Amino acid sequence: MTASKIATRTTYRDALREAIREALHADERVFLMGEDVGRYGGCYAVSKGLLEEFGPERIRDTPLSESAFVGAGIGAALNGMRPIVEIMTVNFSLLALDQIVNNAATILHMSGGQYNVPIVIRMPTGAGRQVAAQHSHSLEGWYAHIPGIRVVAPATVPDVRGMLWTAIENPDPVLMFEHAALYNMEDDLAEDAAPVDLDRAAVRRVGSDISLITYGGTLGKTAEAAEQLARDGIEAEVIDLRSLRPLDTETIVASVAKTHRAVIVDEGWRSGSISAEISARIVERCFYELDAPVGRVCTVEVPIPYAKHLEERALPQVAGIVAAANRAVTGGG
Amino acid sequence: MTIQSAVHSGPSAAHGLTLFREMLGIRRFEEKCAELYSVGKIRGFLHLYVGEEAVAVGVTQALTPEDAVVSTYREHGHALARGVAAGPILAEMYGKVEGCSRGRGGSMHIFDASKRFVGGNAIVGGGLPLAVGMALADKLRGIERVTACFFGEGAVAEGEFHESMNLAALWSLPVLFCCENNLYAMGTALARSESQTDIALKAANYEIPAWPVDGMDVEAVEHLAHHAAESVRAGGGPCFLELRTYRFRAHSMYDPELYREKSEVEEWKKRDPIANFVSILRERGHADEAIIADVESEVARMVEQAVAFAEAGTLEPEEELERFVLSEVGQ
Amino acid sequence: MPALGAEMDAGTLVRWLVKAGDRVATGDIVAEVETDKATVQVEVFEAGVIESLLVPEGERVPVGTPLARVKAATDISAVPVSPTARRLVTVGNDAAATTATREPAGPAATVHATPTARRLAQELRIDLGGVLGTGVGGVITRADVEGVARAPSQPVAAGRLLASPFARRIARDRGIDISAVQGTGPAGAVIAADIAREESRARPAPATTPLLAAATRTDARRRAIAAAMERSKREIPHYYLGATVDMTNALDWLARENAKRPVSGRILYAALLMKAVALAARELPELNGYWVDGSFRQSAAVHLGVAISLREGGLVAPAIHDADRMDPGQLMAALRDLAARARAGSLRSSEMSDPTITVTNLGEQGVETVFPIIFAPQVAIVGFGRIVERPWAVKGMLSVSPVITASLAADHRSSDGHRGGLFLRAIERFLMEPESLCRTT
Repeated sequence: MTASKIATRTTYRDALREAIREALHADERVFLMGEDVGRYGGCYAVSKGLLEEFGPERIRDTPLSESAFVGAGIGAALNGMRPIVEIMTVNFSLLALDQIVNNAATILHMSGGQYNVPIVIRMPTGAGRQVAAQHSHSLEGWYAHIPGIRVVAPATVPDVRGMLWTAIENPDPVLMFEHAALYNMEDDLAEDAAPVDLDRAAVRRVGSDISLITYGGTLGKTAEAAEQLARDGIEAEVIDLRSLRPLDTETIVASVAKTHRAVIVDEGWRSGSISAEISARIVERCFYELDAPVGRVCTVEVPIPYAKHLEERALPQVAGIVAAANRAVTGGG
Repeated sequence: MTIQSAVHSGPSAAHGLTLFREMLGIRRFEEKCAELYSVGKIRGFLHLYVGEEAVAVGVTQALTPEDAVVSTYREHGHALARGVAAGPILAEMYGKVEGCSRGRGGSMHIFDASKRFVGGNAIVGGGLPLAVGMALADKLRGIERVTACFFGEGAVAEGEFHESMNLAALWSLPVLFCCENNLYAMGTALARSESQTDIALKAANYEIPAWPVDGMDVEAVEHLAHHAAESVRAGGGPCFLELRTYRFRAHSMYDPELYREKSEVEEWKKRDPIANFVSILRERGHADEAIIADVESEVARMVEQAVAFAEAGTLEPEEELERFVLSEVGQ
Repeated sequence: MPALGAEMDAGTLVRWLVKAGDRVATGDIVAEVETDKATVQVEVFEAGVIESLLVPEGERVPVGTPLARVKAATDISAVPVSPTARRLVTVGNDAAATTATREPAGPAATVHATPTARRLAQELRIDLGGVLGTGVGGVITRADVEGVARAPSQPVAAGRLLASPFARRIARDRGIDISAVQGTGPAGAVIAADIAREESRARPAPATTPLLAAATRTDARRRAIAAAMERSKREIPHYYLGATVDMTNALDWLARENAKRPVSGRILYAALLMKAVALAARELPELNGYWVDGSFRQSAAVHLGVAISLREGGLVAPAIHDADRMDPGQLMAALRDLAARARAGSLRSSEMSDPTITVTNLGEQGVETVFPIIFAPQVAIVGFGRIVERPWAVKGMLSVSPVITASLAADHRSSDGHRGGLFLRAIERFLMEPESLCRTT
């Protein structure tokens, strides 16, 4: 797949659109299906202009039938296609949970390896725009519980561009979670931006005093917290997980073994979240290196409220991350 | 077992015997499964097709090897009719690696890519979107073939049924929907679960050509299935068959059948598709005692061989447990 | 003021740990005294009640000066705990409470413990409510608290030592006694920063800081050691003998022993060396004792001095009492304990003054043969180098064996080469028959 020449400075959204365009050009098996991806241009404008370029067969608007069109995506994948199914948000994916968990994740196994499911299911996720409880879930951690699917959360422009390519090529179901706050994020993208891997974490900032572990929409706040901590003489290492299933345990362990302290930042609710899984793995592998309990900064366990001040209070914020890091440095959790 | 396309004009003796043999094969296979389950060789859930043989055999006559079949958990009949070998099916139920799915699936998850048999599904209605998707892929790729989707009437209560009907019709997809209406969704009678019990009518409301048919009459099923499949194959969009049938045994091996009267079962048994078809063959002079005995012994041998195959099977090594979670090639 | 070493003329009373009216039992630590070499805890050797303190804190007095007056207890079993006595103990408790920084939670007012027991319990974070008192009238003594601290299977009550796993690991690696480190983590837990702080406290600080006093103390220690070594060399006619010992049996035995033991209870070969020396010292008693005033005073007991190098430089060689009566496992535990306390500066005065013969094991430093200097007024010191693999003849057959060089430096005034040779042969004999090292009588 050759890289196209695109502007050096681009947004997360535009980079994603380019990746979809590239895939549609390069591989006739690829098509995009979902609610309002065609005429509307995509709920988050990701597919704007694609209908005009590729036509209604390949940029396929669906009725509001998440179960059927996700299942249809799976069926199409069983039958030789490489569909990209866009679910408008993770909140609506619950209607398709049966197809994802009972079909996409299981068919390879139940068929003893005869049928694989090369589907990419993309979903915006996350909170912070005052859209209240039913539109503000972060359920990528839930999905990461299921064997048989891959779960990725690109948090940077190069990653959203590069991960989509790799996801399409991958023979197994890939769920790609795009935090809605990232679509407008601007960054530089190399002219020859290449596909990137789907299962390694990335160390975004090297540090020696504490490991701050996060993914997706909270990477920005975590990086900002690291800058604040640096001003107080605490050098934080920031890890962008990139993949929630599989989790890159080795990168996490290497970091915590070096820094002896860890705080996980996760927009999911604490209980049973992916941060709990990461914390368990850190304790399993780095127990004798820990100078403080593994800290977690998660969303307060309340359905996300509408009022701005309440929503802000509920979600992980920079101040909370800094405070958790400071507690860890003094041995607390 | 072989699949033979029926000749529309006049039933041939050979074809009639084929239909008989295939139905009997399913019947004896299922009876053997019941026996094997009772002695613990088959475990978990077992949903037997006894009484519904005419549906699987009749519909499959209308399919070509290029077509695909998506099925449900009551799938042994569909698999056998499709040509999936009895030995691997039984070995699958024995949990042996020689089974269709290496023992990973069991009775409810028979897959055979070589026969384009794309699995049973334990979720009622769970296979319909898959069939829709497979048909979508054929359409996008310009391949003229049919995806047949078998499901019970219980599925019409599920949202996925309605979504799938709508999508198939909206996009004019080549799906042959085959609803096996055996009047009971596990223990719930149709009349207690649907405000509108005319299922073909439901499908018709989605602008899908839909017909009810006597599912105990193999030739009627075959005739209608040909008609519908031709239409689908030619690009006419989806078709819907409501196959009115009855299962003589319980929903599954655990079911004490408290929800229906024994007398009702006995009534339906008088319409046994195999017994009735044998009578028809006799009347036509296409079958006599000797021929019937031949077919019985042929079928008995097939079942015996299947049992031997399953008994001789081996277990997948435990070290391989974590295979088939993700593809092993090009991860 | 006790004599805590041959060189000591005087000591400074740094801190009193008791006051008038306090009940004490034999073995209780009552004061801290600073010598040229170290800060040492001073024990009292009788049971009773402190009548008065005679020397104030900070004063330097000559060895032999009375420090306090103790009224000895009368018939122990017949003394009931009178209401007055109980009140005294309670007063003591209050005093302890005001000086304590972290009192363990519990019904402190109703627990009868000596002030020193209370202090130790506080340091070790042991709940006194769970300690059985064996002192007068059932009072908990320091020994009782120590007994609880030693017992590994004792269910530990609310006073567990809190420390992060990382802090524990580095404390262990660096030989720091973590129970003596003040923790600044939650609930007083010890974290890595506390270990680092402890280390830099022990290490001499740069001269420009207010820790000049500590540096001065370190210099004084070095001068004291220098003086001692000089005196030894000047006054004691040393002779030297060496023997190479085949350690095959000993190491095999050790491997088998350790296989039965948990990791925390594993024995190092150093313990075998020490036991062999202690047993040999019993056989050749003219090497076990002191040269004082022109004659040899044989010691009935074998208190084995163990040379331990200190982090800030310098050497101490405190005693393991009755080392000949310990089995290798006990000796190992005693050695660990001694090393930790030596480095933490919490050795007892009796440990400093009582060695009857000393061992210096320089295997870790990589040398093969040691030519040690005797710690006066002792008359012998045994050195061990590292275990090396050498070609070795066993029953006329050439093979490779792990061997160690044992060297004896002895005072020619109390023994000669013949006796010294027998001494080394005894050591060799014990090491070649390691079962013999398990004797405790």
